[in-house]
Order: sequence, then C-alpha cells, then structure tokens
Amino acid sequence: MWWTRLKALIVKELLALLRDPKARLILVGPPLVQLLVFSYAATLDVTNIDLVVLDRDAGAASRELVQRLEGAPDFRRVVPVESEAALAAAIDRQEAIAAISIGPTFSRDIAAGVPAKVQVILDGRRSNASQIVAGYISRIIQGLGAEIAVSGRAPPPVDVVARNWFNPNLIYQWFMVPNLVASIALLIGLIVTALSIARERELGTFDQLMVSPLRTHEILIGKVIPPMLVGTVHLTLYVLAAVVVFGVPLRGSIGLLYGSALFYLLSVAGLGLFISALAATQQQAILGAFLLLVPATLLSGFATPIENMPAWLQPVTIVNPLRYFLVIVRGVFLKDLPVAEVVAQTLPLALIAAAALMSAAWLFRRRLE
Amino acid sequence: MAEPVVRIENVTMRFGPQAPALRGVSCVVEGGITGLVGPDGAGKTTLIRLMTGLLLPDEGRLSVLGLDTRGDMAPVQAAIGYMPQRFGLYEDLSVAENLDLYADLRGLASSERAEVFERLLSFTDLRRFTGRLAGRLSGGMKQKLGLACALLTKPRLLLLDEPSVGVDPVSRRDLWAMVRELAGDGIGVLWSTAYLDEAEACDRVLLLNAGELLFSGPPADLTRQVDGRVFRLTGVGRGRRAVLAEVLGGRGIVDGVIQGEAIRLVVAEGAQERDAAITEARSRAGVGAEVRPTPPRFEDAFIDMLGGGPGGRSQLAEASPMRAAGGDEAVIEARGLTKRFGDFTAADDISFSIPRGQIFGLLGPNGAGKSTTFKMLCGLLKPTSGEGRVAGFDLRRESAEARNQLGYMAQKFSLYGDLSVDQNLAFFAGAYGLAGPRRRERIALMKEVFALSPQSGISAKDLPLGFKQRLALACAVMHDPAALFLDEPTSGVDPVTRREFWTHINGLVEKGVTVLVTTHFMDEAEYCDRIALIYRGRAIALGSPDALRASVACPERPDPTMEDAFIALIERSRLVEAA
Repeated sequence: MWWTRLKALIVKELLALLRDPKARLILVGPPLVQLLVFSYAATLDVTNIDLVVLDRDAGAASRELVQRLEGAPDFRRVVPVESEAALAAAIDRQEAIAAISIGPTFSRDIAAGVPAKVQVILDGRRSNASQIVAGYISRIIQGLGAEIAVSGRAPPPVDVVARNWFNPNLIYQWFMVPNLVASIALLIGLIVTALSIARERELGTFDQLMVSPLRTHEILIGKVIPPMLVGTVHLTLYVLAAVVVFGVPLRGSIGLLYGSALFYLLSVAGLGLFISALAATQQQAILGAFLLLVPATLLSGFATPIENMPAWLQPVTIVNPLRYFLVIVRGVFLKDLPVAEVVAQTLPLALIAAAALMSAAWLFRRRLE
Repeated sequence: MAEPVVRIENVTMRFGPQAPALRGVSCVVEGGITGLVGPDGAGKTTLIRLMTGLLLPDEGRLSVLGLDTRGDMAPVQAAIGYMPQRFGLYEDLSVAENLDLYADLRGLASSERAEVFERLLSFTDLRRFTGRLAGRLSGGMKQKLGLACALLTKPRLLLLDEPSVGVDPVSRRDLWAMVRELAGDGIGVLWSTAYLDEAEACDRVLLLNAGELLFSGPPADLTRQVDGRVFRLTGVGRGRRAVLAEVLGGRGIVDGVIQGEAIRLVVAEGAQERDAAITEARSRAGVGAEVRPTPPRFEDAFIDMLGGGPGGRSQLAEASPMRAAGGDEAVIEARGLTKRFGDFTAADDISFSIPRGQIFGLLGPNGAGKSTTFKMLCGLLKPTSGEGRVAGFDLRRESAEARNQLGYMAQKFSLYGDLSVDQNLAFFAGAYGLAGPRRRERIALMKEVFALSPQSGISAKDLPLGFKQRLALACAVMHDPAALFLDEPTSGVDPVTRREFWTHINGLVEKGVTVLVTTHFMDEAEYCDRIALIYRGRAIALGSPDALRASVACPERPDPTMEDAFIALIERSRLVEAA
C-alpha cells in the first residue's frame, strides 16, 4: 500500500521534471556550461605569458638566459627593451606581466665565479598569476645557474628534482574535472529539490497532495528520491566525461565512490528540501538555492584549500557536504583512497543528511499549522 | 445619432495555432454600462485589450472614441480608464501612496490632487484605510482602490476586466453601485464578467462564447426569448436531485437546475411541446408537485441559445455503488473548530455535522473564515482547538484513514499541468493506493465516464477548461470517496460545464456521497441541502437555502434571492455586533 503511493509520487516527480521544458533546460543547460567553462576556460594555469627583458649586459650568459626564457613553452613573447623607462611602461600598460633586468656585469660575474644578480619585476596587480610567473622564471634561472656550476670548477650544488605524484604532468583537468563531479551533483540536486515543493505550492497542487493519504514522511521521501536519481545520472555522466574525454585516471574503487555519493546526494536533497519548505514561490526557491550554492562552493576547498582560510571561518565548512565529497572524489580518482578514509568522510555526510532531513520535515510540518 | 464610444467591425484575433480568440466580432459600445459576458476563455480580455490599443486585430478594425486603434492612440489612451484583472497595485505601498503614484503616472496636476483624492476616497469609502498597505486590503477593497486609480483623470471610457472576481456579494454590490453612478455621469463603462446574473443589471450586453459574439443588445431582449417557458417545480422536497435527473431526460426540457427545494425548468418553444413537457415533469415529480411559471433570467436564455443543458444523466453516479446507510452518524463533522493566527481568530467555535448523502455549503465574504474552516475539515490546517471528523475518523489522530475517505477538488483544478491526462490519472490512482485490477478498472471507468480517452496523451495544462474540470473531478473521485470537498469548484467555468459538473455531484449524492462545498456563486448555493454562512470567523446562520431566504423575507421583499439573504444576514450580524 505505502509502496504503491510512494511509487506513484516518485514517477510523478520524474515525469513532471522531464515533461516541463523549463525543468529540462535546468537539467541540461547548467551542467553542460559548467563542464565546458570549468574544464577549458576557468583554468588556474598561467600560460601565454608576455615578458620584457632589459639586457644591459649582452654577454654570453645573458644571451643564454634570454634564449632559455624564449624557449620555455609557457612564455608567449619575450620582448627586449632598451631602457628602464620602457620596462616600466610595459608593466604599467600591462603589456607584460613580468620584466627581467640584467645588470651590465652579469656575464662577467658568472665568469669570475662571483654571485651574479638578476632583477625580476612583477605586476602585483595580478598577484596570483605573477607569483606563478615568478616561480617559472626562478626555475629557469636556477637551471642556468646549476649548469654553469657543473661546467665550472665550483663544487656541484644541491640538485632539486621535483616529481608530482598522482598527477605527474600537473594536468589542470585532472584536478578540476573530479571537483566538477561533486559540484554538479550539488547544483542539480539542490535546485531540483528546492523547486519541487515550491512548484507545487505555486501551482496549487500542494494542497491536493496534502489531502491525499500520502503521509508526510512519504511525501518527503518521494520528494528526495527523484533528485537523488537525477543527481546520480549527472554524476555518472561527469565520471564518464572525466575518464573518456579528459583521460583522468580512475585509480580507486567506483563502488566506494557511489556508496559515499548516496549519502552526499541525500544530504544535498535534505538541504534542498529545507529551502523548499521555506520558500513560497519557485523564485524564492531558486534564490535560496543559489544563496547556499555559492558559499558552499567557495568554502569547500573546491578552488582554494580550506587550510588557507582564516581560523574563524574554517569551522563553518564542517556543515558543508561538498567539502567531504570533494576529498572522496579526488581521492578515488587520483590516488585509490582507502576504505577507512572514505568512511571517515562519509560519516559527516550521513550526519548532515540526517540533520537536514529532520529539520526539513519539522519545518514542513510546522508550515501546516 | 452620435458616434458610439467603441465601434468594432469584423474583428478576428488569433494567438498561435489554436482556434481564434475572437472570430468575426462586430458590435458597438455606447454610453451607460455595457456588460461583456461570457465564460473563461471566451475572448473577453482579448476584446478589452484590443479596445485599449495594447493589441491590434489580425483582421477587421476598431475605433475607440472616434479614432482607429491602428493609428496614434495616445490621445485616446489618456481618455480611457482601464482596470485589468489584476490591477497593478503596488502591494508594499499604502493606499495613499498608490493613488499618488498613479496620479504621477497619469500626469494629474498637483493642484487638483487634493480635491480628486478626496472625491475618490469618499466615493470608494477607503478614507479610513489610506495608511494601510495595498497588499493587506481585502479583495473587494483592492478592486475599489484599483477603480479609484483608474478614475484619477476622468475617463470617457472605463474598461473593467472582471472587477467582481474574488469579490464577495457585499463588496460586489458596492462596486456595482459605484459604477452605476459613474455611468450616470456619462462615462461609457464596459464591465466584463463571468457571472451571468451581473449581465441582467447592465444597460446592454455583449455575450461572447468561444470567441464568437452570440448576442448584443439590452439583456431583456435576450431574456424575452424564453418568456413563458420558465417554470418552477415545487413540492418535490428531498428527492429533488433524482427528480431533476429524470426530468432532464424528458422530451421538451431545455434546461433544469436546483433552486433550494424547488427545480427550475426551461422548456422548449411551442405551446404543445411546452404543455407536454410540463405534464411529464409533474408526473415524474410525483404527488404534491406543482408547476408555476416564473420570470426568466439571463442565464435561462443563454443556455437556451446554446441549445440546452447537458442532460441529467451521470454515468459516474450510475457506475458508483450505493453507499450503505451506516446508521445516523455524520460523515463530516465539525466540533467547536477554532483557529487562531496570533491574536486574530480566523474561525471561532464552528460546529456542524453533515449526514450521509447531503450537500453542505460554506458561504461567506472573503477573509471571513470559510476557507480556514474548509481547510481544517480536510486536514490542511490544524485547528487550535476543536476537532474535525470525516467518515468517523478524527482528522488529527487518524489522518491517513480520514484522508482515504475524502476526495478534494480545488478552485484552480490542482492538476499537474505538465503531466498528460493518463499520467495524472495514474498518479492519483497511486496516491490513493489503488493497485492491480482495481486500479485498471477505476482508471478505465474514469476515462469512459468523462470521455477523456481521446485526450489521454495531452498535457493537462493544454486541455480546454471543461476537460480540465472533468479531469480534476475524475482525480478527486477515482478512489470512490465517502466525502467530497469542493473549494469553489466552478468559478470561471461556463454555465453548461457547471451544469454537467453538478449533474455528477447530484448523482453521487444520490448514491450516498457527502459533499462539503465553498462557493461564491449564489446559484451554486441553491444546490445545497444546508448552508452555513461564515462571517468574521463565526457561523452566523445555518439552515437550508429556503429557510435562509425565508428568514430575511419582509413585506417589501417577499421573495428574496440567495444574494439578498446573504447580504441581509451579514448586515443583521453587523448590527448585533455594533449593539
């Protein structure tokens, strides 16, 4: 009996979602845009760097340095300038993000075995990018220094050899696409659930539902399962895109991923239901969903590590389901996350799901008073 | 004769691929009150928007105040007062601020404002509420404020699009009196309405149905067409529903509706036909039945013009099992139902009980508490104190059992618009726990009874209004409930569809189903066995329609209408409270 009722509700929810052109648009549009924008456009890598060089030395060593800069793949143009003023102007007008000034004694100092100096000027207005550029430049200069030291008479210096585990070539998409698997499920799960009750309220079908023998908990379950199914479909499509299109290695257990995704989607649907119980109209529901979505994404470690956030802000992330699921997705994709760690991240998800669903149910009942 | 205010020549208007919203309409609007009458979707709003110049016709032409709407309408628009269905009041502004805003928009000079506001506020009786937010006004007061805003600069043509929707009879009468006064000042007023009884009070009527102009002229001209063909069949008492169903099946009967204890009949033309029909009706009604002629109404003529009502057979009722007369226990019962929101009492100690096989009506002005009472009785609201019972189950403690016994149909046909007819039926069957052969059987029956099969794949939102109504009723009675809750079930529906609906309800009631209905339509109240009139949270009167009417009869009004009774009872209650 209860299963007949619940099944009817779930089928109805899915049909309402798939037959409504606007709802279909929500299911297809944002996920596609998000996948394209985040994996191709919103890259954190710094490439196509423009550089100016003021070479007042023009010796063998300085020419070698300039050639190495020109040869580096991330530098697009290395433009020589003739004066300090021209160098300053290039930075001012943002024609270059960094400038290198080589003093007149550079080659001579190297030949004499005296420490040689190079000045690097960076555009602090683009602080993030210029930090990364500074890293590139100093790596090139260090490489040059090391070779000169080996070829010369000086004792061999410490040779640093960096190896990037899990993502040897630091491919940006390997980092980003697994993140998107988690965030797309949040986006879709939240919006679909938030809209479901609000839509019924707006259309007047909600009362019809409430006078039917469907019990409150059945309605809530019936409202939570369809968004979870939809979320699972999106998650699966994104996992497939990650593996097939972007070639991200899937090193861990897919079973663990789906097992924890169940709790993740449950917690997301719980939050969506909470918004839905509060909102009187679909507009309010969408607004509420985004009010939650944006901080949840920023405070999840999606783009910036939680450890970098101020100490007072870090506790806020504890209630953010995305935070835990990001660890799981990244772990399962790139490093075969062990079961114990998956469980440790899934437990908080289960707690959030329980809390969100219970408060949604409470709010839902209270609004009937 | 002077040029009419509006001249419409052969206007056709299409939106999308459906049937045209207006088809070859030609008519004129002159001074006085012109009623634009017709059911929802007849094309009333389209015609009004054409007159404002907001829309241009696909074919034909309109001239308003002597100017073609295809030309420069600016000078004409300044002379038109237009009140759309949902007048653009700013709900977060006060009454005075709304007036100020519209005075600005209309370019009313500030020197004139004080005088104009003064006149309009006293005219609309809103002076006491100038500081109140528009969003917190009642439906009737909002309409009055909307009217005041439309009258800021004295128009020569006033277009009112369904000003009486959602307005209770008391406010409706006020509004009507105000408009009548304006028409006396020489303003041409166009009043659109789905209530046919309003048409009778107009000077002239334009009757629209499905985009076609069926009639244009003084309402009496139309009513005259059924002169001498309208009768009241009295002395049928409790069995009147069964008698009506039988009588409607007889030859020569064009239309029939229930009016309290009596039945109103319209018979076919021709003396022979008429006499035969009356004799047959009297013999079906049994001993003690009397047939007397009665003055015709606009609606009688309208139905006659459309070729008669839908007949009296309800396949739905025929297919429903007779409910066993399980004792005298009430099927729906309210015991001291009280609901408080903060310190506001929306419903105060309301008690009544509805025995099996009766129709009980809840009537009352907007915001009086009839919706609150209704919602408490079907489990949508928890009472602060008191209890509601359906089919013997306490709504609070045994809510699921109670809800299994009730069917619910709301004003806006709460169907899932994006789901097809079949999918809606399947959902409601499932929600009421129907499975297996019983489910197939019930769904098949509903589709057969309501002739829904040809539409089964169409999304509910794309159905014509009449079919939406059928589908909503099908969903509400799919599980064969003991009690039916109808919340303004036929507002905005054309009279023919409304009759069809009541035929089904009457048939079900004959089979022992119990019905609770809220309504604004006074003629719908006539279908009830008993009525509770709710005012300011209390049930101020309770009794049969005939008894309520009789209670307000006086020498100068020996045969009051339901609306007269409604207004008189409310006024009486106001006086008692004031004393």
